[in-house]
Amino acid sequence: MTAIDDSSWDPTAKWGLHPMVAVRPETFGALVYHYDTRRLSFLKDLRLASVVSELDDGGSANEVLDRAGLSGADREAFVQALEMLSQTQMIVRR
Amino acid sequence: MAPESAAPRLIDHFERGLQAPICLTWELTYGCNLSCVHCLSSSGRRDPRELTTAEAKAVIDEMNRLQVFYVNIGGGEPTIRPDFWELVEYAVEQGVGVKFSTNGLQMTAAHAQRIKESGYIDVQISLDGATPEVNDPIRGQGTFAGAIRAMETLQSAGVFGFKVSVVVTRTNVGQLDAFKAIADRYGAQLRLTRLRPSGRGAEVWNELHLSAADQRDLYTWLLAHGEDVLTGDSFFHLSALGQSLPGLNLCGAGRVVCLIDPVGDVYACPFTIHESFKAGSVRDAGGFTKVWRSSDLFLELREPRSAGICTKCSEFDACRGGCMAAKFFTGLPLDGPDPECVMGHGEALLASIDHAQTPRTDVDHSRGSSRRMLPLSVVSRACDESPVASKAMAL
Repeated sequence: MTAIDDSSWDPTAKWGLHPMVAVRPETFGALVYHYDTRRLSFLKDLRLASVVSELDDGGSANEVLDRAGLSGADREAFVQALEMLSQTQMIVRR
Repeated sequence: MAPESAAPRLIDHFERGLQAPICLTWELTYGCNLSCVHCLSSSGRRDPRELTTAEAKAVIDEMNRLQVFYVNIGGGEPTIRPDFWELVEYAVEQGVGVKFSTNGLQMTAAHAQRIKESGYIDVQISLDGATPEVNDPIRGQGTFAGAIRAMETLQSAGVFGFKVSVVVTRTNVGQLDAFKAIADRYGAQLRLTRLRPSGRGAEVWNELHLSAADQRDLYTWLLAHGEDVLTGDSFFHLSALGQSLPGLNLCGAGRVVCLIDPVGDVYACPFTIHESFKAGSVRDAGGFTKVWRSSDLFLELREPRSAGICTKCSEFDACRGGCMAAKFFTGLPLDGPDPECVMGHGEALLASIDHAQTPRTDVDHSRGSSRRMLPLSVVSRACDESPVASKAMAL
């Protein structure tokens, strides 16, 4: 188990995949699997899948969303999705 | 848009199939040191044609290329293969996680330590009764004690969250709280699955499968426990009773799940070891990848299917016709109701089936004495519940 102390969601912070998480692209988006919690999640949007994979080498979550050109309702939904991923430790602060 | 399960559109993607399976079961051997009456793969003796170590490693290489997250290893009793741990460690090195099912009889402190040290190995101990009186008639004399010993060994090594895996039957359905208490006691998670009329299960299905009242009790119990208790999505036909159970709620055969058997044959799911559901072999040119992506059988299973008389049913969206294997091995048409349809449609049809004519697999590695009727002298009893919650998981 990798202990993560500060997991509270903050879109201005830098995020990345948990070291025990793997992502597999699918035609509808991607599957995300966590080897510690053994939880499987589904990313049901190709753009969300690329945002998640770009978190690691981008700046803050907000900057990655900016680069993906997301705004309005789409962006809100993506921020919510990232927050859910942070709550299940799929993504963690780096 | 939300990254969680259980949205309607996702199911359409699943029904059309994925790039690689989510749940890949791989039975490493037909050999087993037990002869459980309901064995879904009719295991007992090893098959001389079983994959060699080198062939098995080539299959793992393919899983790595396909980005299969983990493989469910079973059997037979997989740990009786002398190269079992070599293959587990090879898989982990290739980034393929391993969940293996075992009766626990061969679990040692050294094995438990290995599991503890790796974050990529998960264990499932099979148990079919919360007491020896209920368990041993199904799994064999002394197997309850053996399974409990394995749980103690895992717990002593500090392995937590391993699975206690129960096939729910008429004789143990009254022990759900007791099973949960056993899992809680060892820091494990309870996994309940459905009895299928597959393999030797066909011989005992009539006596052991749940009654309509049992199914309703189980459904209520599962709803109350939510994601604390795993089901491998095997009770999705019960979702027709009301609220959906956690999970994908569909028949994943050939779409999101499949089985590789010990000789390398690929079947639509772990419960369909029969010529009719064989898609190919990992030994064929193109290997597993080609079978998964382009075998005639799997492509056909991913096509929209006629649901026959079920389309007229108000609950069709919830149960989607139920389990293909359960229908096939009880002699029911695949485009009709599940034999355990909660609306009672299956039961009515079953009455008209001549049991002598139902399909039987010709893949049988049972030892001589294995095919036997269950001594049904056992009565299930309710036990006290331990209200300890374990962590939530997806499948």
